[in-house]
Amino acid sequence: MIRFILQRLALLPLLMVIYSFVIFAIMQAPPGDFLTAYVATLASSGSSISADQIQALRHDYGLDQPFIVQYGLWMKSLLQGNMGLSLEYQRPNVDLIGEQLGLTIALALFSFVLTWAIAVPAGIYSATHPRSIVDHALTVINYVGVATPNFMLALILMWVAFAYFDVSITGLYSPEFVDAPWSIARVLDLLAHIWLPAIVLGIAGTARLSRIMRANLLDELNKPYVVTARAKGMKEWRLVLRYPVRLAFNPLVSTIGWYLPALFSGSLIVATVMNLPNIGPLLLRALINQDMYLAGGILLIYSFLTILGTLLSDVLLALIDPRIRVEN
Amino acid sequence: MSAQVDTTGAAAEDRVAVASNWRLVWWRFRRHHLAMASAVFLIVLYIVVLLPDFFATQDPERTDARQAFIPVQMIHLFDDGALAPWVPAIVGKRNPVTLRMEWQIDPSRKVRIHFFAPGPKWRVLGLFETNLHLIAPADPKQRIFLLGSDRLGRDQWSRIMHGTQTSMTVGLVAVALSVILGIVLGGISGYVGGKTDQVIQRLIELLQSVPTIPIWLALSAALPRDWTPIQVFFAITVILSLVGWTTLGREVRGRFLALREEDFVLAARLAGCSRARIILRHMMPTFLSHIIATSSLAIPVMIINETSLSFLGLGIRPPAISLGVLLQEAQNIQTLALAPWLLIPGLVVIVSVLAFNLVGDGLRDAADPYSQ
Repeated sequence: MIRFILQRLALLPLLMVIYSFVIFAIMQAPPGDFLTAYVATLASSGSSISADQIQALRHDYGLDQPFIVQYGLWMKSLLQGNMGLSLEYQRPNVDLIGEQLGLTIALALFSFVLTWAIAVPAGIYSATHPRSIVDHALTVINYVGVATPNFMLALILMWVAFAYFDVSITGLYSPEFVDAPWSIARVLDLLAHIWLPAIVLGIAGTARLSRIMRANLLDELNKPYVVTARAKGMKEWRLVLRYPVRLAFNPLVSTIGWYLPALFSGSLIVATVMNLPNIGPLLLRALINQDMYLAGGILLIYSFLTILGTLLSDVLLALIDPRIRVEN
Repeated sequence: MSAQVDTTGAAAEDRVAVASNWRLVWWRFRRHHLAMASAVFLIVLYIVVLLPDFFATQDPERTDARQAFIPVQMIHLFDDGALAPWVPAIVGKRNPVTLRMEWQIDPSRKVRIHFFAPGPKWRVLGLFETNLHLIAPADPKQRIFLLGSDRLGRDQWSRIMHGTQTSMTVGLVAVALSVILGIVLGGISGYVGGKTDQVIQRLIELLQSVPTIPIWLALSAALPRDWTPIQVFFAITVILSLVGWTTLGREVRGRFLALREEDFVLAARLAGCSRARIILRHMMPTFLSHIIATSSLAIPVMIINETSLSFLGLGIRPPAISLGVLLQEAQNIQTLALAPWLLIPGLVVIVSVLAFNLVGDGLRDAADPYSQ
């Protein structure tokens, strides 16, 4: 088991190197570099910069070097924990990302927990009461849930809340807590606000997971061991929860591998629409303004979170399913 | 198996016994009423994709700032019990506080409309000119806004018709590209095996663990600003299908691995068939229906992705119209409270994705020979 985890961990740096190279290539692709954008920014604010100074800056940042050398410089500073300076905010990228990374992860994890808390009971109920009214209603909700883009659901909720209840549901804090230091009250305020974006983010996944749970459990419920247990007089709920549910759980656990990463990258859209403090909107702005080192840093973090999510699901699956452990 | 055929007995069994695979799939598919209804809806949708101008009542680009935020003018078919379609007229009043023109429905005045009537000229598939439209106002100078207008006074009904064309085409083309990539690379991986298989499998794993939305955004942002809408359109479809092919590639590989050992493949090889013939004539037909079902489930995902990218401003760009571009108008909550009909393009997305999912599920069940 430990060997299995170590093997996967050993792969992580290799993957990160590949990703960082691809990301750097994408960041380099747009015409011009960030100094051209910088000069344009200065010009628009009325100040100017001489050609000599530009040349000096270009040399300082290594922008006159070939691609490979620039990549090497970037990697070198990354390894020293330096992500460079944001062109737009004129602040270190590490600070900019650090401020919002916690909430990005919190939102995704919260949404994840919510998804499972809803999807598993819903799936179990649907499977044990097939063709009941609740089952049909859940099926309809599931289909619509999968078909609705995240941002659309966010828009509809925001519009209904604004137009009919006259409340604004954007942001993660009440106005008085936005700039307040961390305190118990602020955490409670955060919890009061985070569930709505978390539901919006998780609805499609919830629908999908409860369908998987339902299908797996239905398969298990017809097996002879269930009939045997029922024949020996086991209580129905105890029986269902004790055996078939545990078996139906495995395929669900293996979905974590794609679901957790999907939540991280999906939160980008929800956060942009609902105006949440999240690295998603930060990335969007950075991409539009060609703030390449900030964008590159955020993309790297997304990749890291994605790999971490996959790793987590592999480890969990190995923990709960002995067959996988033995194979390895 | 014979349950789905109307007549029971020996005759029906004979029919089933000699029916081709496609016929069996069709019989099974026909039993899913919801899927059949969705299929009909999709056919209508793709007629709109082919002939958006026929359904549009106006030029989708025509702006008129004085006619901004006109509410939905609902079509009424009957007037005093007689068939005489009309839409209610609109009256504008200037708000004394905000000085903004505010439009309201005035049901007392009726604007006559005709079905299959002449309107502005358009070209059928770029071939010949016509002026026939599905709906046209009786008075050609009158503008009607069946689904309201946006902040620039553009007719949302006509824009949705053109947006549907773009969005549905992106979905279809992106999936077609994914299918080609998936079959070719998955097929090579499964049939050749060895080192090639290893390389392709690692590539798939790498692509599948990419944070999709951020990377798509970065790639779209890297597209040159001076590209034409057509170039951007194709670039976006390619970007979307870059990740899309991996799932299919995996499945095709699995099928090839399983089939490679089958007796009928060995028989074909001994009979002297070429590799291409074995793959195309003997192996492909056994899982083609499965591929079609899987790819029909991939189309809605592509549509949602395109809509999301365009909504964020990094997909299809104006002046090109897609459903995501239309939804950008609904980004501002204050605007939305004023003009909730700007959310209608989103409903089009939801309904068409729903239809694709239902058809895909129906096809998947029908294509599975072991389904009951």
